[in-house]
Amino acid sequence: MTTKAEVVKNFGVVQTEEMVLNMGPQHPSTHGVLRLKIRTDGEIVSSIEPHIGYLHRCFEKHCENLSYEQVIPFTDRCDYLASMANNHIYSMAVEKMLGIEVSEKVEYIRVIMTELQRIASHLLAVGTFGLDVGGITPFTYCFRDRERVLDLFEYTCGARLLYNYIWVGGLSHDLPLNFRQYAQEFIDYFEPKINEYNRILTYNKIFIERTGDVGVLPAEVAISYGCSGPVLRGSGVKWDLRRDEPYSIYDRFDFEVITGDGQMGSLGDCWDRYFVRVREMGESVKILRQALAGLPEKGDVQENIPKKIRPPKGEIYFRGESPRGDLGFYIISDGKAKPYRVKMRSPAFSNLSVINEIGAGWMISDIVTILGSLDIVLGEIDR
Amino acid sequence: MTASLFYLFAVGLLGASLFVVLNPNPMYSVVALVFGFANLAAIYFLLEAYFIGALQVLVYAGAIMVLFLFVVMLLNVQSDADHPSLPRVFRIGSWWFGALALVFIGLFLLLVGRSALALLAPSEVPPTQIGSVSQVGEALFTRYLLPFELASLLLTVALIGTVFLAKKKI
Amino acid sequence: MTSFTDSLIELLGGLAWVPENAAGIIFVTVSVLVALPVFLFMTLNAMVAVYMERKVSAFMQDRLGPMEVGIFGFKGGKRFWGGIGQTVADAVKLLGKEDTIPGEADRALFIIGPFILFGAAFATFIGIPIGYGLVISDFNIGIFFVIAISSIGVIGVILAGWASNNKWSLYGAMRSAAQMISYELPVGMSLLLVVMVVGSLQFHDIVMWQEQHRWFLFHSPFTALAFLIFFASGVAEVNRTPFDIPEAESELVAGYMTEYSGFRWSIFFLSEYANMAIIALMSAIIFLGGWLSPLGGLFRTFNLEQSWYFLEGPWWGVFWISIKAIALIFVMMWVRWTWPRLRPDQLMYVAWKVFIPFALANIFFVGIWELLLG
Repeated sequence: MTTKAEVVKNFGVVQTEEMVLNMGPQHPSTHGVLRLKIRTDGEIVSSIEPHIGYLHRCFEKHCENLSYEQVIPFTDRCDYLASMANNHIYSMAVEKMLGIEVSEKVEYIRVIMTELQRIASHLLAVGTFGLDVGGITPFTYCFRDRERVLDLFEYTCGARLLYNYIWVGGLSHDLPLNFRQYAQEFIDYFEPKINEYNRILTYNKIFIERTGDVGVLPAEVAISYGCSGPVLRGSGVKWDLRRDEPYSIYDRFDFEVITGDGQMGSLGDCWDRYFVRVREMGESVKILRQALAGLPEKGDVQENIPKKIRPPKGEIYFRGESPRGDLGFYIISDGKAKPYRVKMRSPAFSNLSVINEIGAGWMISDIVTILGSLDIVLGEIDR
Repeated sequence: MTASLFYLFAVGLLGASLFVVLNPNPMYSVVALVFGFANLAAIYFLLEAYFIGALQVLVYAGAIMVLFLFVVMLLNVQSDADHPSLPRVFRIGSWWFGALALVFIGLFLLLVGRSALALLAPSEVPPTQIGSVSQVGEALFTRYLLPFELASLLLTVALIGTVFLAKKKI
Repeated sequence: MTSFTDSLIELLGGLAWVPENAAGIIFVTVSVLVALPVFLFMTLNAMVAVYMERKVSAFMQDRLGPMEVGIFGFKGGKRFWGGIGQTVADAVKLLGKEDTIPGEADRALFIIGPFILFGAAFATFIGIPIGYGLVISDFNIGIFFVIAISSIGVIGVILAGWASNNKWSLYGAMRSAAQMISYELPVGMSLLLVVMVVGSLQFHDIVMWQEQHRWFLFHSPFTALAFLIFFASGVAEVNRTPFDIPEAESELVAGYMTEYSGFRWSIFFLSEYANMAIIALMSAIIFLGGWLSPLGGLFRTFNLEQSWYFLEGPWWGVFWISIKAIALIFVMMWVRWTWPRLRPDQLMYVAWKVFIPFALANIFFVGIWELLLG
């Protein structure tokens, strides 16, 4: 395997004219409308400058003109691959301002939904990462299984992508008939499938050659750029808000915080970041099993929903672990029915900012791999 | 029949070659050169020297021209049309240049026409034997062994030099 | 042994109403009569191969469309027939699409680029037999002709990429040129070894040799290795995964064909599938006994009656060579739908540091093998 220095040494000797290449905003593997301004010398990339804003929809400004519950559908549209997690964390932030306690059943359902969402989101990340390195089959396999998660969501709340399911103080609907059984069936079906992905992609020789030792992100760099989620854990930092700052009822579940271990190269390479996601799906299944077992049968999911949301004057910062990492909401209330300011700290934004650090010196093909391993969602970066 | 085909390809070859020299755009010139080589190969085929014809296509049109294209493409050679460097008399527009070209073309056609006619007459060696693989091989490894080996040595030197220039660490 | 063209010329020349010395007329007629079946074959090949690719990928990847789309309400047997409508719809869509040429593109080169690629694939078929005597023209340099002509195709690719005036296209063209030039060498070297053993460049002689001895795949370990190198390099030459870096859709959008649309794009498409067929046919002829029946050796071994040879003969030959070629095309698709793509430098590594040294050593060892055991 070649290291970054070697690539530079071997390919960067004959100096030729540099070319500026615009990757995006319409490009198949920028995962949305991201534009990367790349300086290339032949195939070697010397610097990458991400240009964002093509999907900017003024989420934060909109929030200032909406009542608190009206913000929830907007959070759906931020990270549209993990809407449940966004709903959950935003609702919890507002609940904390209001001082509302939600019932046991609501907490369980929220955790179940968030973990299902994590599986769906990681499936998409793993599948599209396969697509980025040129393997098309893992993508269709992942979508086949993601479809089943979406079916569960559709069965629960009628929507497949933007749910508006988790409300401040409760949920929009109770669980439908036999949901527990269907979810159990899905878990039993899904758990062995993780091995299938490993067989077709993870341990494929070409895949390891393409991702192992590529785009190595050292732990210090990851921390100093504010990376979080699988990107940070891929570098070997054991940091997961579900364990380190347990919110909701995460402290009741037994699960492992997955970190990269540099099996196929050095710690923090693309393969590590990818494999953290694959293994996290297994952990989510673990949490789901425990949550489904502990889910109370009876209870009204809307009993704690406040008639009018009007938090006292003050501010709050609440964060939780979305599939992409450390998602935070900073809300300032001036005592009126509409928030004075809502600031969203999106994990993908910080994760993307590291790309020049780890991408410079690699080839164009590797930039695609590295970008795929960061698993960005532009809806969340631009907001 | 053969003669008419020969004239067809000969005109193609001549036209392409003239285009190579006279066209200001280097990219077009390279393409015309490929076309010329293809015509030359066709003439070899007409002579039933299939091996030499295929060699012509493979080595010149297939390999060397690709490198030409690379160089022209990557060095971003500008078209000469914008800033003519030749004095006016040498350019296509001047009448005496055209007249000279016509004379040359006529002479050439006359010559090749005569030799093509001569080809139609039965010759001593059966045509399939000319330029067959075994004949070429035999000639290379017996009579022309020394030039052949020298040429391969030259190519090796060029190869090593290229690798040395392109890569600091081997 | 006569070829298709020879028979045609003989036939036309023998007809009563054709005047004496009408060589020109016969030539033109023969040209048209030769070009038509090749063109038909290429078109048909592309349609069948696209359908096959759809079905193979659908079975492997859980795709839904190719299992459902029928034609004219044709129902039943969806596992096999489903998706056949897509092929037709595809062809209609491609022909009906707007043909765009970018404003800043070099029009002339943009237009001839695809045709050079197509022409190369087209001309290659002239030398490839699909059965005993079923060849358009039987050169005495069969293999060499095919290699030479197919090397022209890369010029079309470079021109298309350069003329598009698009940086991604240019990258695709550069990668493609580097790849095709590199992989031509292992292809040529592994064929050289067969030529060395047989002592002829003609496809017919190679198959005859295999009829008398055995298929080259089973001839010696070195010829088996040569088959692997030839087939892998062949897959690289037709730009398919894991060697599809020139069109790598996740990196270069569509490589050298990014700016092409409609009919011009479908010419690229046609050539790609034609090239696949060429590689599969060549592997079948040279290493897998061509039109020989795989049962033939068996019958001969057990000294069965002559009448048991019923699976051999010119028309069964076409059947067998098609079976072999289709099996090889299936392998190409299988690989494509299983593996990720290599990086350009890894691709060059595979060609120059793995395939070429092995192919060179192979030539040497086959020589020794033939001297000792041949």
